[in-house]
Amino acid sequence: MAHIDYDRILPRSIVEMPSSGIRKFFDILDSMTDVTALTVGQPDFLTPWKIREAGIESLEMGKTYYTSNAGTLKLRQEISRYMNRRFDLTYDPKNEVVVTVGGSEAIDVAMRTLLSPGDEVIIPTPCFVCYEPLCKMTGAIPVIVETRNEDKFKLTPELLESAITEKTKMLVLAYPNNPTGAIMDAEDLEKIAKILREKQIIVLSDEIYAELTYGHRHVSIASLPEMWERTVVVSGFSKAYAMTGWRLGYICAPAPLAKQMLKLHQYAIMCAPTTAQLAAITALRDCDDDVAMMTAEYDRRRRLIYNGLRDIGVESFEPEGAFYIYPNIGKFGLSSEEFCEKLLYEHRCAIVPGVAFGAAGEGFARISYAYSVKHINQALERMEAFIKSLK
Amino acid sequence: MDTLLKILEDNATLTPAQLAVMLDKEEGDIKNLIEKYETDGVILGYKTMIDWDKTDREYVSAMIEVKMTPQRDRGFDRIAEKIYQYPEVQSVYLMSGGYDLCLIIEGRTMKEVAYFVAQKLAPIESVLSTATHFVLRKYKDKGVVYGAPEVDERGYFI
Repeated sequence: MAHIDYDRILPRSIVEMPSSGIRKFFDILDSMTDVTALTVGQPDFLTPWKIREAGIESLEMGKTYYTSNAGTLKLRQEISRYMNRRFDLTYDPKNEVVVTVGGSEAIDVAMRTLLSPGDEVIIPTPCFVCYEPLCKMTGAIPVIVETRNEDKFKLTPELLESAITEKTKMLVLAYPNNPTGAIMDAEDLEKIAKILREKQIIVLSDEIYAELTYGHRHVSIASLPEMWERTVVVSGFSKAYAMTGWRLGYICAPAPLAKQMLKLHQYAIMCAPTTAQLAAITALRDCDDDVAMMTAEYDRRRRLIYNGLRDIGVESFEPEGAFYIYPNIGKFGLSSEEFCEKLLYEHRCAIVPGVAFGAAGEGFARISYAYSVKHINQALERMEAFIKSLK
Repeated sequence: MDTLLKILEDNATLTPAQLAVMLDKEEGDIKNLIEKYETDGVILGYKTMIDWDKTDREYVSAMIEVKMTPQRDRGFDRIAEKIYQYPEVQSVYLMSGGYDLCLIIEGRTMKEVAYFVAQKLAPIESVLSTATHFVLRKYKDKGVVYGAPEVDERGYFI
């Protein structure tokens, strides 16, 4: 009997896929106690009680079956209404909405549906970690462009044009942005749209943080003239409704695209969890006030941490979306990993090295303010002590 | 400006400077506003939430339902004012429903609380009856959960 050789069995593409660029940092974090962390990428609020209750009730009523593959029609109708009232977008709930297991599945399905080997995908970085590996899994080629602090981490038309080739199939647009907290307003988006209207390029617009903007309302690129037909919007319930653990997201796309995506979703997933789907109907119907309350609270924390960092001599552009701030730590003469490791070891405060979000993150760190004010103030004190020790 | 009050109600340790930043106002304006709230009696004081069960202080608290005869013209006010003079009395509420006043009493021992009821509260003219319920465990008070500090169980996905 031959000994099974996993090295021969596992494809290279999988083995070489990084689990995370900064595993070492999180290993250290895991081994320490009494750390004031500002690392998480999820709300600190509980899912509003109304939503939890709707989930519980659905279980009590024995609603434990599969739904249709695209998700229960009622939920798709609510998503369609929501997209219309919030972002002025029109999607047919029957043919243009697919309910997924979180925004992550939505991204995966959209990429696998649209990309063929050799296609190029423009990915503005720094960005959330999943686009590049998921893109590579399809055989497509990620084309990384680096957005800049001086542009407030927006994708500029120059940057976009410099990356477009004949092979470009997709542009990933993730605003409000994780990790930078950058947003793109209608004017910024129009400059991008102007280029795209002339091309055969699909925008994968990840709008998971759409509810969390401060000062400006989120604008979807799909709402710009002639952009609806070139855009796949992915979003979900995790950030807006504090429903990360429910794992529920959705795709809104023109019917010919949605129809193909639904096939992949159907074979891989069957349908998103029924309990989460039924709870999400309540989220969209009854929870605007809860969302407003959470957003107002994030906004206060955003100002607190932005000013707090400035006061201790750490510069950052002022974030306008999501719940992250992305200070420039380059002037302290340490790499972003060294900076964060020292801060963690010496002052027991954890923030995420910018390089976790791509090479463009060198010289930066991501700080999440999805934490209580007390916690944020404590972290600021620890950071202040650290900054003083560097001088 | 309710938001300021809501924030202070949750956390009175924030400085006017921090509050000003959070609310996008001037520090001086926040100071003035707080001062005005204090003068107007909107803000009555600042206290600390303490879980005495974690200390060695001997301590017991009870909720007492009081039925009374209201007084002509003054209703329950005068009698409530008399009752809240006692230092043992932490809270006094006028209630709708089956009884009139609800008191929260703190004492060192159950005996002390019982003594208060028998010797001080019950003899008050117009008190018809009392029912004392001892607190066995405090789970949550004024929005604060008692017990072990909450552990952040969120996975730190980035």
